[in-house]
Amino acid sequence: MAANAVLRPRAPTGWARAQALVWRRPWLRASLLLTPPLAWFLVVYLASLALLLVTAFWRINSFTTAIERVWNLDNFQTLATDATYRTIIARTVGMAALVTITDALLAFPFAYYMARLASRRAQTLLFAAVLLPLWASYIARVYSWILILAHNGVLNWSLLAVHLPAANIGYTNVAMWLVFSYVWLPFMIIPTYAALERIPESLLEAAADLGARRLRSVSDVVVPLALPGLVAGSIFTFSLTLGDYITPILVGGAGSSFIGNVAYSNVGIANNVPFAAALATVPVAIMAVYLLGAKRLGAFEAL
Amino acid sequence: MTRSKATSIRWTQVLAVAAAAIVSIAACGGSTSGGSTANQPPTANMKPLASIGAGEGRLNLIAWEGYTDASWTDPFTQQTGCKVNAKYAGSSDEMVTLMANGGGGQYDMVSASGDADLRLIYAGDVRPMNTALIPDWSNFQPQFKSPSFNTINGVHYGISLQWGPNTLLYDTTKFPTAPTSWSVIYDSKYSGLVTVPDNPIQIADAALYLMKHQSSLKITDPYELTQPQFDAAIALLKQQRPLIKKYWGLASQEISLFQNGDVVVGAAWPYQTSTLKAANAHVNDTIPSEGATGWADTWMLATKAPHPNCAYLWTKYISTPKVQAQQAINYGETPVNSKACTEMDAIQAGSCAQYHADAPASYFNTIKFWKTPIATCDDGSQRCLPYSKWQLGWTSVTA
Repeated sequence: MAANAVLRPRAPTGWARAQALVWRRPWLRASLLLTPPLAWFLVVYLASLALLLVTAFWRINSFTTAIERVWNLDNFQTLATDATYRTIIARTVGMAALVTITDALLAFPFAYYMARLASRRAQTLLFAAVLLPLWASYIARVYSWILILAHNGVLNWSLLAVHLPAANIGYTNVAMWLVFSYVWLPFMIIPTYAALERIPESLLEAAADLGARRLRSVSDVVVPLALPGLVAGSIFTFSLTLGDYITPILVGGAGSSFIGNVAYSNVGIANNVPFAAALATVPVAIMAVYLLGAKRLGAFEAL
Repeated sequence: MTRSKATSIRWTQVLAVAAAAIVSIAACGGSTSGGSTANQPPTANMKPLASIGAGEGRLNLIAWEGYTDASWTDPFTQQTGCKVNAKYAGSSDEMVTLMANGGGGQYDMVSASGDADLRLIYAGDVRPMNTALIPDWSNFQPQFKSPSFNTINGVHYGISLQWGPNTLLYDTTKFPTAPTSWSVIYDSKYSGLVTVPDNPIQIADAALYLMKHQSSLKITDPYELTQPQFDAAIALLKQQRPLIKKYWGLASQEISLFQNGDVVVGAAWPYQTSTLKAANAHVNDTIPSEGATGWADTWMLATKAPHPNCAYLWTKYISTPKVQAQQAINYGETPVNSKACTEMDAIQAGSCAQYHADAPASYFNTIKFWKTPIATCDDGSQRCLPYSKWQLGWTSVTA
């Protein structure tokens, strides 16, 4: 009896059976691994976007500002017909484009030097210099610009010291352009650097062998190959500018309303969440179009 | 109505209760959507506390910056054991937003100004209070015992606190003598050197100016504007926009604008003046000849206040002459308790007269107090523009 019990194969435990099942069916293993992140993505990201879209079709009671769940298109109609919001949207998109172009022009020579000309040591130092500002708080960096650009600030103090007229650019759209270009520049430099570094030296040598001078090989070989990197960087600079609301509040002056801070004041101050939701769908739509364009230019291979 | 609101806040249940919610909103929404105030507020029949029990150990307040200074909240906590947690709001609109759904079971009280009071009362976010539990209420100046902005049909929805004017703040190096008219903030001579609050209620300041300078508009109350009167105020503000350096959202922003020399004149609260003067900035403030808009604040009790006993203890404490005097001097405003005058002079000689705590009712009448613009004009017609229109109008000015 006893020997019989020893010889009989042990009945597999539940845990071992589950392990075997997962081993035999790779698709099961994959879905077990992927379910938590996918559920997170669906619930937190897509569901909140869906909720945003639904809210945009509601309205608020104009007196008590309580949300009334009555389906209507009033919010979108206001967005489309009111000249105020057209101005705000146009200003936001215009600023995002301007900041993107500025950062691209600044980032390209910098990234080119870093990727192809600098010594190993200089490269490390430059990398640290690009990333260092990202360690400091965003708010602190924006505030420091207020102090630089204020009437009695560092900029005017320096200008007066060398007998130049004071620049009156604090609290203007020019100030916003400077601050945005400054805070988002690292996001343009890094993908551009990555794209430039991947260009094989042999291509440049071939260009030189065929008689191309330095400038010609930059314009005909380097720029086209670095373009996906620049476009990838522009996704960051464009979308970050498009959605920002802190810089317009702190650095902007009269006539510096952005989509972000108008949505913010509709949520936090006016309590008009449905209108804020309608307004928030605008950058989502703009970015969808932008990303489709960026995909065509190969930006996603450079990320 | 309150219950259906509370449950339907959760989006997962939205679909399930959508039909019920739409029906209930259609049923009760009609009474308030036009901004009509003729009906009873939703909490009118809630019984106020009959006596103050033991404190709950905590008190969560929504307040204006500077209203919960440690110099008077610390002694309160020592006396009552109620620990004060304050959330500062930057505007009346923000206060209304935070108090939505009766304070959400999170907030106990709000130091609401007159332009928020009616909105809070008619949304059912605040509940009646028992003035018999506040001994100092009988010492209040008569116009603050049952003012129309916090008392409806004899029911008190809060206890008056402090009041004061919105002042004209100016740089004394640019203005050796005080400006006598608000016209300086509409004068192209000061292009790019002006700041005003980023607040729709600022339209009333423009209306007050037009009331004195454009009598053909026949504005009688800066908070009750018909379409042509409103359009004129908006036109004046649009004309002012190029002169504005920045529309300030927080008192601290205006303080740094003056400190850095970015602006020389602007609309302000006395708080900014006292803070700037304490920092030795060369500024002063004045009430110009047109008069001024102003605020009268009330401590209101949230419908779902989790610590009602501490809330009453707080209201009782903040209404006493000494604390009234402390807050008045600290913030630069006028106490409602008539006995605070001697306490003010004891803290700082001459402060009672400086902050008008002894002023007659005629001074009170020169100030146009903030109130929520509603569609119903004083004459009963529906020709006035409600607050939602003011918000849209303000966005069209500042955008």
